[in-house]
Amino acid sequence: MAQIFKPAMNTVCTVSIFVGAVVPFAILFTGSRITRGPLNTKVENPLDQPAPFSHKHHAYELGLDCRFCHTGVEDNAQAGLPATEVCMTCHSQIWTNSPNLEAIRKSWESNTPIQWNKVNTVPDFVYFNHSIHVARGIVCNNCHGPVNKMPMTWKGEDFRMMWCLECHKDPSKYLYKDDAHPELTPKQQVFNFYKKLAAGDPLTPEEQELADGLPQLVPPDKTHEGVALMKERGINVKQLKDCYICHH
Amino acid sequence: MSLIDMNKHEMITGEWDNRSIDGRIGDIVLDPNRHLEAKLPGLLGKLLPQNMRSPWFVMAGIGFVFVNILLLCVTILVLTGIGVWGNNQPVGWGFDIINFVWWIGIGHAGTLISAILLLLRNQWRNSINRFAEAMTIFAVMCAGMYPLLHTGRPWVAYWLFPYPNVMALWPQFRSPLIWDVFAVSTYFTVSLLFWYVGMIPDFATLRDRATSAIPRHVFGMLALGWTGSAKAWHRYMHASIMLAGLSAPLVLSVHSIVSFDFAMAIVPGWNTTIFPPYFVAGAVFAGFAMVIMFSIPIRKWYRLEDFITMKHFDWMAKVMLATGLIVAYGYMMETFYGWYSGQSAEMALLYNRGNLANTPYSWAFYSLILFNVVIPNFLWIPKVRQNLTALFWISLSVNIGMWFERYVIIPISLSRDYLPSSFGYYTPTIVDFGMFFGTIGFFVFMMFLFIRFLPMINMFEIKELWHHMSHHKEHGHDVVATGEAH
Repeated sequence: MAQIFKPAMNTVCTVSIFVGAVVPFAILFTGSRITRGPLNTKVENPLDQPAPFSHKHHAYELGLDCRFCHTGVEDNAQAGLPATEVCMTCHSQIWTNSPNLEAIRKSWESNTPIQWNKVNTVPDFVYFNHSIHVARGIVCNNCHGPVNKMPMTWKGEDFRMMWCLECHKDPSKYLYKDDAHPELTPKQQVFNFYKKLAAGDPLTPEEQELADGLPQLVPPDKTHEGVALMKERGINVKQLKDCYICHH
Repeated sequence: MSLIDMNKHEMITGEWDNRSIDGRIGDIVLDPNRHLEAKLPGLLGKLLPQNMRSPWFVMAGIGFVFVNILLLCVTILVLTGIGVWGNNQPVGWGFDIINFVWWIGIGHAGTLISAILLLLRNQWRNSINRFAEAMTIFAVMCAGMYPLLHTGRPWVAYWLFPYPNVMALWPQFRSPLIWDVFAVSTYFTVSLLFWYVGMIPDFATLRDRATSAIPRHVFGMLALGWTGSAKAWHRYMHASIMLAGLSAPLVLSVHSIVSFDFAMAIVPGWNTTIFPPYFVAGAVFAGFAMVIMFSIPIRKWYRLEDFITMKHFDWMAKVMLATGLIVAYGYMMETFYGWYSGQSAEMALLYNRGNLANTPYSWAFYSLILFNVVIPNFLWIPKVRQNLTALFWISLSVNIGMWFERYVIIPISLSRDYLPSSFGYYTPTIVDFGMFFGTIGFFVFMMFLFIRFLPMINMFEIKELWHHMSHHKEHGHDVVATGEAH
């Protein structure tokens, strides 16, 4: 009886055993790399906005306080975006004819809010609260990346649950305290950091890392300081890992 | 060497030859007086899938209609959410879990027949193991559908598996529900492999008999270059024994773990240590009932009387009777434990099951006793075991009874547990019924596709038997004596 397959099929079969064992894992691995990469998470991917607002210029070069625009950050769940009126505080006086500010002036004249494109989002079932993070001394850059260096705003971190839990499991590594100003409350520490940046004060290596957008890491030899800070600020780590902390 | 010692010797060494065929079994499966004169190709011709014609189209057509009903219901379910089912507080598990457990149970006969009876060298299984294994595969498919759809978001069902995910979450390993995921997926994988490996020599036969190019190539690929050499057979036997060894514990473990879904909970009527053994017995009970129910019409339609004999039915009925009695014992013990515990919740459950006048579900409990305990006891009578009509209806009764068993366990317990303020009643919706009958249709459809395209009866084992018997006839041996002579 004639053979259906050529002898080369023997080799194909043998190879296919190994391919069959490796390829599914390779596909899964590649898929996971893609979904976890910036293509999907949009990290460091500046969005187009109605007006090209620069955090680098306003917050770093001019030294505006974060709270000047994000008024809710201290007391509310949401930090909030500034009303057109807030922009016009200055821009009714300066750069009044700049084409970059066309959208702002239009909004002012027509009395309709500007539709900014949202850079940082969490799913509906996650209840993130800005005020408690600021109140315990988590600096904006910890989650939002090097905002002080952003000409256009991009997402600094991927905001995956895995990433949230990285800190919720052990926040001691991420708490900020300026040793030169021990009298400041944790919240004041946060905004003092940006004051120091704007003023060009000398920074410690950890502070420099934070300014560069790397989440501040307490060096291994100072772990006890982070733990002490956690205790001082009344952070209950056990509770931080409970589901209902973020998913009410 | 006695037959048992011989089997042990073979199981250890893997040496497997025709000596292991018990001549008496050959006598039953193939009547030598009728078949030794007939030509082997003629005999096997009956088994070729392409000869499985009428009423194939009718049955597959009926199945196909129900498959479409199933698809419709699943579409409604996925688009709307599981609110279209009758499950609601306090009865969070309804038809979905009932049907899941029922289907998983039905699959068990296939594994028992193919793995445990293979290891025990019960050669009579040869003519029923292939389609019993197919039943396992399709029943597990039907079963698996329910918990997946019950999650509400089946497209993220991969979250059930532990893998390093972006949520940094692991499944709750202390929950029997995650044990279920492992038990059922292992069960499906091993059963599928076992089924496939068992078919390889038959795929080669189909390849060699194929008359056109497409089946020749498809079966050629499926046969993995089977040559029928002694080496290939040797490897094949090793693979079969290894897979049988893997499947055999699964017969016991899968339904034990399914029973843990209940036994680990504190709901009255669930929290009982007897659940694992009595679930396993119930699974084999229902599985054999399904095998009998399927083989009676198939045997008649496709004239397989020479392969599936009355002796098969007799033995299957006896297995069914034995497991049925274990299940009946389970019911007795459940009731006894409820009473002996002295707990008010357990006592209330007994009242809910047993009181015909004042409780909403007692009809289900009495149906269960009727279908699962009273009717199967007719199998004690040899004449009933030899009467295919009676056997068919008793098997149907067992399948209905086993379904009621899960109905009694799930909604009765959940609808009235510890909090009287939360008492409720469970009413299934039309989507529940659509999905239930839809999966039955899916099962029928898949089974008929299977018998039309794949060899339903193990052809090479029949050939082996035939060879063995004709060989001994030529040499003037007595067929019955050979098994004992070695």
